Amino acid sequence: MFLFTEGGHSIPVVDPLGTAGVFSLMWLVIALPLAGAAVLLLGGRRTDSWGHYLGTAMPIGSFAISVYMLLDLLGRDETERSVSQHLWDWVSVGDFRVGMDLLVDPLTILFLLLITGVGSLIHVYSIGYMSHDPRRRRFFGYLNLFVAAMLMLVMSENYLGLFLGWEGVGLASYLLIGFWQHKPSAAAAAKKAFVINRVGDIGMSLAIAMFFVTFGSTSFTVISQGAGEAGDGALTAIGLLLLLGACGKSAQVPLQAWLLDAMEGPTPVSALIHAATMVTAGVYLITRSNFIFELAPHAQTAVVVVGTVTLLWGAVIGCAKDDIKKALAGSTMSQIGYMVLAAGLGVYGYAFAIFHLLTHGFFKANMFLGAGSVMHGMDDDVDMRHYGALRKAMPVTFATFAMGYLAIIGFPGFSGFWSKDHIIEAALVESPIAGVCALLGAGVTGFYMTRLMLMTFFGEKRWLKDVHPHESPSVMTVPLMVLAALSVLGGVLFIGHWIVDWLSPVVGEAPEHALPIPALALTAITVVVVAAGVAVAWLLFGRRPVPATMPIDVSPVIKAARADLYGDAINEGLVVQPGRVLTSGVVGFDHSGADGLVRGGASVVAGAGQGLRKLQNGFVRSYALSVLSGVLIVIVTLAVVNL
Amino acid sequence: MNDVTPYILLSAILFTIGTVGVLVRRNAIVVFMCVELMLNASNLALVAFAYQHGDLEGQIAAFFVMVVAAAEVVVGLAIIMTIFRTRRSASVDDASLLKY
Repeated sequence: MFLFTEGGHSIPVVDPLGTAGVFSLMWLVIALPLAGAAVLLLGGRRTDSWGHYLGTAMPIGSFAISVYMLLDLLGRDETERSVSQHLWDWVSVGDFRVGMDLLVDPLTILFLLLITGVGSLIHVYSIGYMSHDPRRRRFFGYLNLFVAAMLMLVMSENYLGLFLGWEGVGLASYLLIGFWQHKPSAAAAAKKAFVINRVGDIGMSLAIAMFFVTFGSTSFTVISQGAGEAGDGALTAIGLLLLLGACGKSAQVPLQAWLLDAMEGPTPVSALIHAATMVTAGVYLITRSNFIFELAPHAQTAVVVVGTVTLLWGAVIGCAKDDIKKALAGSTMSQIGYMVLAAGLGVYGYAFAIFHLLTHGFFKANMFLGAGSVMHGMDDDVDMRHYGALRKAMPVTFATFAMGYLAIIGFPGFSGFWSKDHIIEAALVESPIAGVCALLGAGVTGFYMTRLMLMTFFGEKRWLKDVHPHESPSVMTVPLMVLAALSVLGGVLFIGHWIVDWLSPVVGEAPEHALPIPALALTAITVVVVAAGVAVAWLLFGRRPVPATMPIDVSPVIKAARADLYGDAINEGLVVQPGRVLTSGVVGFDHSGADGLVRGGASVVAGAGQGLRKLQNGFVRSYALSVLSGVLIVIVTLAVVNL
Repeated sequence: MNDVTPYILLSAILFTIGTVGVLVRRNAIVVFMCVELMLNASNLALVAFAYQHGDLEGQIAAFFVMVVAAAEVVVGLAIIMTIFRTRRSASVDDASLLKY
């Protein structure tokens, strides 16, 4: 079944088959990590000695089931690759029913493999990374909770279930950013992430409310079948509200400020949650809601604008950070900007958004874990100005990191090359301004990643005293190697346009569109722009020594980038200060207005009492006089009335 | 009809004298006597009106007033005596402690 837009695009409708075979185990994918979290968090210290093994086994089990389901889907006909499982009636009030339904289709299965696959590798890595932490068991409990929530997010068949996962990953993210809660900065960063995400959640919950009102259901099946009859205004409003939700979760401008602070969490958390999976939930949401966005072109334009602004915003921040994790976080923000931009291009871009999401999941997780490995060897120092010449001290980390580096800058043949190149191409056709910005962003990506590479692994040693870098144990380097291999080979998904064809039953088939210039020429231009970025970075950071302290005498642009392009200041000025003024105004009104009314009344009575008290002067004759006057008044009044 | 106007006039004059006396005199005994004068003026009015209407209710009321006045005299004089003993004065303006 298809919906048709005015432009003549056909949008596939969600129409899943019933459960059969391996798909009856669908619920186990979520249940395994959830059970792991329950055992680890409720079991307490008794599970300390073996908890991390259980925590690692659970996502691996989910991964195995996911692979099995993928193989089953591969053997099916294109129209039969969408399967749903009804677990139980979740909400049932009058006519309004929401089922606990799961859905596996070509889009979901890719996410399942990414989440459980990369998730398992990061669990393995964490066994080594967190080995000295007394609260490692709790860490694995939170990680399992995160994986379960993220799987719920991508597997739910309705928006309410998606929202359950959405909030679950928010909770896990909060707990893990603030995992080292004894550090005030970590506690503050966790709170900041939570609060900014709430702003996005307002959008999500309002969108779900709109679904109830407009369609009487939150099920993808019902909504996608009914979207054609809904009004333009409602669809645009829903699209914009979903975009607000996506902005919060995916750290897109204007809700981007939390991601850089989120790097306070342990590095595996940054890799899993703040690079590979959770922050891409916004891209999933937009892609999943393609039946809304295809019918709401204004909302789609807003998505493109947000993506384009963010991809440049994040890239500029990434250029100026000396903290290796924050440089990578800026890069994550920028790469997700690419995905959002692609998702905003509609049917031309969805497949490439998901493709870039997958390859980014590989190479960014790889680089974050690599950064963690570097920090592990450098006594948890994150300042790249204290690094330098680490390629000899940490050969494996260097080699794997280099694979990620080549993938992200889009070195021909590596995974990032295929995914980013197609986003730029699609953007140039659909929206030339966004396309040029994306091209520019690719050059900036080349610059900041080369800068990071040169400052960390090349040049002079700038190590602090008593720091002896060493290679990490194999429990950490093996996941790095696997991810490095995926970073290199991720492009195979694109052989023969496989991923585009694979996703077409979900996101639709793109009509042919003509490039203004030959595709090969465009690829060449992209490579040249990236090479220019790399060359500039080499001139600035490779050819001459890097100062061990941060230069202070720099241009305003660099100062702005160091301050996250004043993202915090903007929030402070636009939201926090007006909020404070508003609250102090309300408090002032309460004190002067509401309290004043009550207190004023009381003081009028008290003042009158003070005055009247003087009448009680102790002289009998004046009392007699007042009695007499009273009597006279009564008589006169009676006389007047009777007249 | 019996003309009671002179009695009522007398009653009014006596009542006025009593009122003025209560207001202007300081000596507690004199104030007290003025109060009695007012009571008797009202008695006179009661009796006069009763006589005019030819029934006994006003006459009976006058007796009640006398009884109450007698009781009041007992209490009032006792209070005046006590105040005089403690303050060596019978001026009503001196007994002004009970005030704001």
